Amino acid sequence: MATAREDDILIAAPALQVVQDGARRAGSYRATLARRLGKSWQIRIGATIVSLLVLTAALAPRLAVTDPTLPDVMHRYQGPSGAHPFGTDNLGRDIFSQVVYGSRISLTIGLISVGVAASVGVALGVLAGFYRRLDDPIMRVIDVLLAFPGLLLAIAIVGALGPSLQNAMIAVGISTIPGFVRIVRSAVFRVRANEYLDAARAVGVRDSRILLRYILPNISSEIIVTATLGIAGAILVAAALSFIGLGAQPPTPEWGAMANLAKDYLDIAPHQAFFPIAAIFVTILGFNFLGDGLRDALDPRLYR
Amino acid sequence: MTAYLMGRLLQAVPVLIGVSVLVFLILHLTPGNPAIVIAGPDAPPEIVRDIERSLGLDQPLYVQYAKYVSRLVRGDLGRSIQAHDAVLDHLTATFPVTLALASVGVVWTVLVSVPMGILAAYRRNSALDLTTIFAVLAGNAMPVFASGLILLYIFAIHLRWFPLTGYRSLATLDGWRHIALPAITVGTGVVPLLTRLTRSSMLEVLNQDYVRSARAKGLREAAVIVRHGFRNALLPVITVIGLQFGLLLSGAFITESIFSLPGMGRLIVTAIQARDFPVVQGGVLLFSLTFVAISILVDMAYAAADPRIRYG
Repeated sequence: MATAREDDILIAAPALQVVQDGARRAGSYRATLARRLGKSWQIRIGATIVSLLVLTAALAPRLAVTDPTLPDVMHRYQGPSGAHPFGTDNLGRDIFSQVVYGSRISLTIGLISVGVAASVGVALGVLAGFYRRLDDPIMRVIDVLLAFPGLLLAIAIVGALGPSLQNAMIAVGISTIPGFVRIVRSAVFRVRANEYLDAARAVGVRDSRILLRYILPNISSEIIVTATLGIAGAILVAAALSFIGLGAQPPTPEWGAMANLAKDYLDIAPHQAFFPIAAIFVTILGFNFLGDGLRDALDPRLYR
Repeated sequence: MTAYLMGRLLQAVPVLIGVSVLVFLILHLTPGNPAIVIAGPDAPPEIVRDIERSLGLDQPLYVQYAKYVSRLVRGDLGRSIQAHDAVLDHLTATFPVTLALASVGVVWTVLVSVPMGILAAYRRNSALDLTTIFAVLAGNAMPVFASGLILLYIFAIHLRWFPLTGYRSLATLDGWRHIALPAITVGTGVVPLLTRLTRSSMLEVLNQDYVRSARAKGLREAAVIVRHGFRNALLPVITVIGLQFGLLLSGAFITESIFSLPGMGRLIVTAIQARDFPVVQGGVLLFSLTFVAISILVDMAYAAADPRIRYG
């Protein structure tokens, strides 16, 4: 039996599994998945918004009307016009250009903090879910972190590191980890019950290989969904931190920081608050649609 | 019930220890020497040493932690570096404001969302039901500060129905006018969520056999919905109200900043900007204790509402 190849496990597995895997090999799994993804209106709207956002960030220098940090005291508090599509702010800076450059900051915050949180969170979650003796110590720490709601944990971390955009990113990343660990761990629990893992172990597959080849691929949909929704959450928390002055500092055109500045001029220049808020709203909506759509499309319980 | 309460309180001990470690670390995770951060880069060495001594930084870490905890237990949270007075005084002055904000927020949230959720479940696919679906989508994407600024603009600046900023005692009508917009703000994100949750919880219950039996024996529809339906749909709703109370409390950071309320959120934010570590630590600690206390209360409410949990 020691000479059995890993692929033999598929034959040893229950008949249904073999049929499914056969279908998968023939490419029909991918085709089904592609069809499911394309059919979802949520994914279509979400993907459109997110692509536009990425394009805006990539083309920011070309799209921007002026230097977003360039003051122009002669043209302050101007409403939207041809020269300034979103108007100008209390220092006469072009709001459209600021919003455009802000997309770079928000995307960076979302991707970096969630990237870090996902790598740490997935590693811890897989270890906690796979090795029983690691489960308790890891989850003890995670439960303490979960006793803080996300924003408070982030604020406590910024309180230690000091207010800045970079520290806000670190804080958001760390406060996103506990959620990842929770979800990955329970996903591993679900996969661990499968007989093909016993079979793999029986033919002597090493733990590291079981983790990478058998468990990770089977929990990838949970990871993708959590990460997508996590980006929305990270952008939201980072904007909130900047809004209360603990994140990006002026004149960085971060949307939350822009709204913070605008709140003192709401009576004379409401548009100064409106556009950054609208930008955040549309961005979060995009990532949420994408995440929810992916969850529905990837959930194997909903396959028909 | 007492046994259940004791068990639940015991479970909170490791969390409390963890919270105290985290709060203790706020001072020590600071890059560089916190004494220099406080005194400024050009401060003379003797001042830096003074601050080090007053913060206890000249001792080993475990000694510092032990001393910190022993002072905590005695209710001594240290002194503010900026104002030179006891941190506890700052907290007792600001905590009632934040608690009032969050409580009024929770009450209006529940008063609006629970009836809406029941109605949406009862009249499935009606206009109200569809409206709540869109409200949830919008509410999830709307940061608290955005709803706050929008409410401020419409109701305080444009219509002038409410005062712009500030806080008055809730014993007066003026106090309620001041707390109205902030309280609505902290709840805006939660209303759609709670409405949908009440809806789905109700839908599940309304399909149960005992609801059909209640109708079959000729009970009035209102009695069926409230006594047989809602009481059973209550459990998940209680959990979420408890969880959202935590969210509401953290929304206080933003709301207090928009409406200039002298609450704990503003206290902590100002202290972070001034690098006033003892105040930051005390504030974060009190916030976390409140969360832990609320989660215990929620579990108690849970056990009171469902005998299966008490004796399970």
